[in-house]
Amino acid sequence: MELLIPVIKISVVLGVLLGVVAYTVLVERRVAAAIQNRVGPNRVGWNGLLQPLADVIKLVMKEDIVPKQANRFIHDLAPMISMAIALITFAVIPFGDSITLFGQAIKLQIASVNIGILYILAMTSLGVYGITLSGWSSNSKYSLLGGLRSSAQMLSYELAMGLSVIGVVMIAGSLELDKIVQTQHGWMWNILLQPVGFVTFVVASFAETNRHPFDLPEAEPELVGGYHTEYSGLKFGLFFLAEYTNMVTSSAVITTLFLGGWQIPYIGLAGLPAFWVSILQVLAFCVKVYLLVLFFIIIRWTIPRFRYDQLMNLGWKVMLPLSVLNLLVTGLVILYL
Amino acid sequence: MDNPPSTSKSMTPDSQPPIIHKKDLSFLDRIYIPQIVNGLRITITQIFRPKFTRQYPEERWTPPPSFRGRPVLVEQNGVERCVACGLCARVCPALAIEVQGSETELLKERYPVKFEINMLRCIFCGFCEEACPEEAIVMSQEYELTFTSQDDAVFGKEKLLMSVEKLRDRLEFLRKNR
Repeated sequence: MELLIPVIKISVVLGVLLGVVAYTVLVERRVAAAIQNRVGPNRVGWNGLLQPLADVIKLVMKEDIVPKQANRFIHDLAPMISMAIALITFAVIPFGDSITLFGQAIKLQIASVNIGILYILAMTSLGVYGITLSGWSSNSKYSLLGGLRSSAQMLSYELAMGLSVIGVVMIAGSLELDKIVQTQHGWMWNILLQPVGFVTFVVASFAETNRHPFDLPEAEPELVGGYHTEYSGLKFGLFFLAEYTNMVTSSAVITTLFLGGWQIPYIGLAGLPAFWVSILQVLAFCVKVYLLVLFFIIIRWTIPRFRYDQLMNLGWKVMLPLSVLNLLVTGLVILYL
Repeated sequence: MDNPPSTSKSMTPDSQPPIIHKKDLSFLDRIYIPQIVNGLRITITQIFRPKFTRQYPEERWTPPPSFRGRPVLVEQNGVERCVACGLCARVCPALAIEVQGSETELLKERYPVKFEINMLRCIFCGFCEEACPEEAIVMSQEYELTFTSQDDAVFGKEKLLMSVEKLRDRLEFLRKNR
């Protein structure tokens, strides 16, 4: 029984996550089309709802091409690293309070780690290995450039990301994600207490997930396909899914840290049974995460890509000082108020 | 070219967007976030605008009479108007038309035994239509051409004939505008 509950939790979360990721690809294409006054994929199934299935079938059927001079082992390993890291981060995200099922309290979180935030930061920085290794092992100049850009970009934004999280940690007084969510009861969401930290964290998340406007590692007009130029078939599919998984995961992290996680303000006053409160809280978490994913998608079609020097300027000269300043102000307020 | 392109004539210097240097930017412009919000407002309003997409196989486009689709032979009273003069074959810049004429008992005295247009060579220029003294070859409104082999692409008389009723719009257009 002790083993069964985590296994069920893991399989449910993994299944839901992969399903959401697959459909996020479709949502991205439909939203992109809508923004450009087009319709988007709407042929496979009702309104294109089976499009992800068709995409997967296409990717699986394709030939797996490895360049002649490529390092075969690392070339195979890189997409696995990318995907695994993207999925693994979700393990510590609390997607709900504990729920009582069949007389047993179940915590709605796969792993309640007491250093949850450190785990997330560590895992997201590991994600760069997948991209850099793929760029290096492909033996192609475009891939290599993409990989190098990615590592430089991640380095410069990791710092701002870590520093803007510290503000949240100081308010909550804990590194545990569960505690951080619990301190954000009512309207005490960290986005209101830490607006600057929120902005720096979101910008850093965009850079970490290689999403527009920071998608320099795969800038199509300059680098063909960037780090995944030399990938095809399922290995390319893994990179593709990893990008979207990263997007969902970092939305979940932003929700947990800044948007109150699974909290619904003042739901305790409604007088609902505890079971339904838990269900509603899980739903609230999902809605918040998906709104952020939509924000990620719409931003892609709003802002043009940054140039490399602009990216570095923003990272080192704006984001880093801003997050340090935020840290100082938060510290002073906590100390003297 | 001594004449400047017509577009630059219509555009006054005022309509050009002003050049903004980084030092001219106000503080609000520099922090960039209001600009992002403004951009988001634009992209989000675009989502609810009507779509331009035509759902092609279901919704088809009806071209205007000025459209030059595939060339066809006009069929009147069950016979083609063509008198096999060969002017269309002569004027065709892509050498797509081949005509062989012969004599007939009908009033027009001559008719094409063989009239072939190679649709892979045809460039839809409409010279054949312009050259024709009998209004016998005109550009139709059909634009969907698919073949599975090069031989299929050579259209003989049976594929080229089209009744005059179907081509009324085009013929009227030609009379008005030629």
